[in-house]
Amino acid sequence: MAEAEQVKVLRFWASPWSFRVELALKLKGVPHEKVEEDLANKSPLLLASNPIHKKIPVLLHNGKAIPESLIILEYIDETWTDNPILPKAPHERGMARFWSRFIDDKCVGACWMSCWTEGETQQMFMEQARACLRILDDELGGRRFFGGESIGLVDISASFFALWLGVLQEVAGISLINGDEFPNLCRWIEGFVASDVVTECLPPRDKLLAVFQSKKQAILATKSMVY
Amino acid sequence: MAAVKLIGSPISPFVLRTMIALSLKKVEYELLPEKLGEKSELLLKSNPVYKKIPVLIHHDRPICESAVIVEYIDQVWPESGYGAILPADAYHRALHRFWTFYVDDKLFPSLVAIGKAETEEAKAEAVEQFRAGLRLLEEAFVKLSEGKAFFGGDQVGFLDVMLGCFVVWIEAMEEVLSLELLEEATMPALHGWVVSFRAHEAVKEVMPESGKVVEFFKMIRAMRMKAAADATN
Repeated sequence: MAEAEQVKVLRFWASPWSFRVELALKLKGVPHEKVEEDLANKSPLLLASNPIHKKIPVLLHNGKAIPESLIILEYIDETWTDNPILPKAPHERGMARFWSRFIDDKCVGACWMSCWTEGETQQMFMEQARACLRILDDELGGRRFFGGESIGLVDISASFFALWLGVLQEVAGISLINGDEFPNLCRWIEGFVASDVVTECLPPRDKLLAVFQSKKQAILATKSMVY
Repeated sequence: MAAVKLIGSPISPFVLRTMIALSLKKVEYELLPEKLGEKSELLLKSNPVYKKIPVLIHHDRPICESAVIVEYIDQVWPESGYGAILPADAYHRALHRFWTFYVDDKLFPSLVAIGKAETEEAKAEAVEQFRAGLRLLEEAFVKLSEGKAFFGGDQVGFLDVMLGCFVVWIEAMEEVLSLELLEEATMPALHGWVVSFRAHEAVKEVMPESGKVVEFFKMIRAMRMKAAADATN
């Protein structure tokens, strides 16, 4: 008989990183408590759970603290084995990890900076962002999800593009993701946000839009992703 | 035709990581070094996204990114050689991966900054940042090793491989720049760990000679200083 599980997620409602964790837990049917953090006034629990980076998300599982969204996703997949999010075969597993890191190391940053810079700098970031999106679009091809028939690690990692990028480009007044240049990605976005599990976890678009509009000046000044 | 090929050479700490992993597993492979300043067609074809080494090619399928490659090696050859590299339980795996992210995102860039610093002030700042990072790893080592020789306990584990690949570079930079980076006084546990790591048979097999790394570091420093001087003329 399994001991009573205590699963908590230290999160922020507007964060795409904590969204990843909640989506994974939802996909696996793991009951959990969401602990909302005020990023301007971080809780003692957060500071104790992630002393090195002091960032959300953190997964707390029976007292063990696991930070960093991609690391949390692997932990979740290894701990609750129903509905796997990583492929089993070594090469496919390696490729899933490769694409998730590509998203975090190159794509998100280029898209973010495209929104908050101007002139030549903005053009440079937009070129980088487009190159990344092109690579992802090619990689996805005609598949329903990056994970094949079901949502997997790469889809979860790419959720930033499904909602946040659209909101950010609206606030910034630029166009990055569009159906002409990236037909596969746009089709993927439609399918991803239409999924019941995803809809249950996503923050409301209008609320997200409002928060980025209100923080626009502050973000323009710092370019920081902590908003 | 070798079933396992590795593009790169051990002078790159990221390639060295993968060589240590293959050595721990006693897997035979063909090493395909790249020429400095040139990228082979095989590399460009196998890693079109980053065009960087290391790339492992197994049964003609490439795997890129050193951390991804080491996890792949561990999964494909789970029991070979010295056995598992990743820890057995999910929480310790998460801890090894967490510190690996830290090494790659924070520690390694500060090591690079030391080598690139153009003023004494910049160098001192970079050195302090690097040492601060090592002090965190000292604490992590004490917790994870539980009194044993390695981050992985009795066995060389994932974090040992992912951090240990920089040991010869840290030593080379200490020699060339007359600095102490891995201070025995403030980091006694890590100091002991370096000795154990360097003494491991599988590591000794692939670790590049200190002299070679010192020469290489001096060469790239000279190239960088010349490029900077040329740019200001």
